[in-house]
Amino acid sequence: MSDAQTYEPLAPDALLARVRELCDQGWRLVQLGATPLGELVEVNYSFDRDGRFLNLRLTLAAAAARVPSITPVYWCAFAYENEMHDLFRVRVEGIAVDYKGKFYKTTVPFPFGARGLAAAAATLATAKPVAAPTTPPAGPAA
Amino acid sequence: MARTVIPFGPQHPVLPEPIMLDLVVEDEKVVEAIPALGFVHRGLEKLVERKDFQEFVYVAERICGICSFIHGQTYCQAIEELMQVDVPPRARYLRTIWGELSRLHSHLLWLGLLADSFGYESLFMHSWRVRERVLDLIEATTGGRVIFGSCKIGGVRRDIDADGLRHLLGETAVLEQEMHEIVDVFLDDRSVRKRLAGLGVLPRDEAYLLGCVGPTLRASGVAQDSRQLGYAAFGELPVAPITRTDGDSYARCAVRCAELFQSVGIIRAAVAGMPDSEIAVPVTGNPSGEYTARTEQPRGEVVYYVKANGTKHLQRFRVRTPTFANLPALVKLLPGCDLADVALLVLTIDPCISCTER
Amino acid sequence: MSALGMTKLTLKWALKKPVTRRYPAEPRRVIPQSRGLLTFNKAACVYCSVCRKKCPTGAIGVNRTQKKWAIDRLYCISCGYCVEACPKHCLALSTRHGAPAVTKDRDVY
Repeated sequence: MSDAQTYEPLAPDALLARVRELCDQGWRLVQLGATPLGELVEVNYSFDRDGRFLNLRLTLAAAAARVPSITPVYWCAFAYENEMHDLFRVRVEGIAVDYKGKFYKTTVPFPFGARGLAAAAATLATAKPVAAPTTPPAGPAA
Repeated sequence: MARTVIPFGPQHPVLPEPIMLDLVVEDEKVVEAIPALGFVHRGLEKLVERKDFQEFVYVAERICGICSFIHGQTYCQAIEELMQVDVPPRARYLRTIWGELSRLHSHLLWLGLLADSFGYESLFMHSWRVRERVLDLIEATTGGRVIFGSCKIGGVRRDIDADGLRHLLGETAVLEQEMHEIVDVFLDDRSVRKRLAGLGVLPRDEAYLLGCVGPTLRASGVAQDSRQLGYAAFGELPVAPITRTDGDSYARCAVRCAELFQSVGIIRAAVAGMPDSEIAVPVTGNPSGEYTARTEQPRGEVVYYVKANGTKHLQRFRVRTPTFANLPALVKLLPGCDLADVALLVLTIDPCISCTER
Repeated sequence: MSALGMTKLTLKWALKKPVTRRYPAEPRRVIPQSRGLLTFNKAACVYCSVCRKKCPTGAIGVNRTQKKWAIDRLYCISCGYCVEACPKHCLALSTRHGAPAVTKDRDVY
């Protein structure tokens, strides 16, 4: 089952216009996802119509990731954009319903983003190590 | 008028999983609903860095207990597509059977929870009594009641022999009769109908634009079902999406009830057409590339995006579960309803928060 | 639109015996394909450690020199990966489930 999946690279400035075009053509918003790749962050916007799957891809620098919000066109995107911000530290400007970081409650802020990885690693380093079962303790065999 | 903020959740008797909804109410009418997630967040998307892609099937299955098999199946489909693995026909049919059994058990669970949300405890118990029969059937074919452990990359891990298939057919006949008994109450009983009809109306265009999926979308009249993509055995056993036009809670209940019988029909057709072949092909090497697999879970369309770079650990694993897509609809439906209806409306989108938060 | 559907259902089930099992007085019904407790046949084991490598939770421990095999019962998820992988077929999943425990014990054989 290989359905038609296309990935369209796009610049952040062209995003809103292209999304408006897709909405007028009747595409359904499927998801917004962020992929952290070290120095870069890829943001995918996925749409579906009649079984065809279209992705718009933005590639941004992780340290200064900023995208405009698509909530003026698809209001439902606010959930995905809040999640992208809370987990990946991708700043989205102009979200219609902005929970300002309170949407996803996690102990470590931005756990999947670049700085979040370092913070999570620091938390792990100070935690008590759990003994991994590798060899059984020497004792009387059952 | 003074506004009060009432927290609904995270722990609430009617919720199967914790979600926090701050309800801003004005004298028993909800004005705004503010959701917050993160209570069951296990960071499973990050676990790909530790577990290699073959082991990860176990983690994918355990994202959720209610929709567990289809999570595992979608993960396997995504990796199989990346590695260009041809799954043997018998494995595809077996996956279809287990997927539909999973749908039966999920919808029966939901029917019980819906009855519980409007106070009909005995109907809740009856639905779950029928669900026990499905769980026994699942245990007889896979070994586990909730977590099937049957999918692996390249096929399935265990087979159902001829005796097992005969037992399956016998049980589905009994199931169908028992399901008719409770579905008749859900759809025809005067008190149930009065409680559900006209509540939480989602018009067709709004449902489409809000990105709803699954029965929530189909109850508003949009015939969208990811099984039409033809994965597993659905290429040979086509599925016609069940729709209703009203878009209210009664319509969403009716769609799920009708899907119960559709699933029984698909199981019968799959058993009748079961091909004879091996159940798995060996898989060597590592995946590379990116692909998005989409399947139809009981709650709607689930999207699995995997990205691999040739090592045994995946680079990125992203799950967009149907409840996450239905959350904006919930935020739109709640304002304007009574406080007593909140539990009902939250349940009509079939919330599976452990899926949503991974 | 009627209330008769539910009345019929309630009467029917009121006259039958209860669906719930009177556990533990009535024993659990055993389904032959159930995946439960992992059993180990020490006589057949050659301490190759394949089961330890395949275990997704790391519940199994193997000590080749001292000829010891151990399992953390509460970590085992009864997936059956080790059963499939063992070249000497000394592992099997029985139908009964493990007893409840208050400490994380390690069974050493």
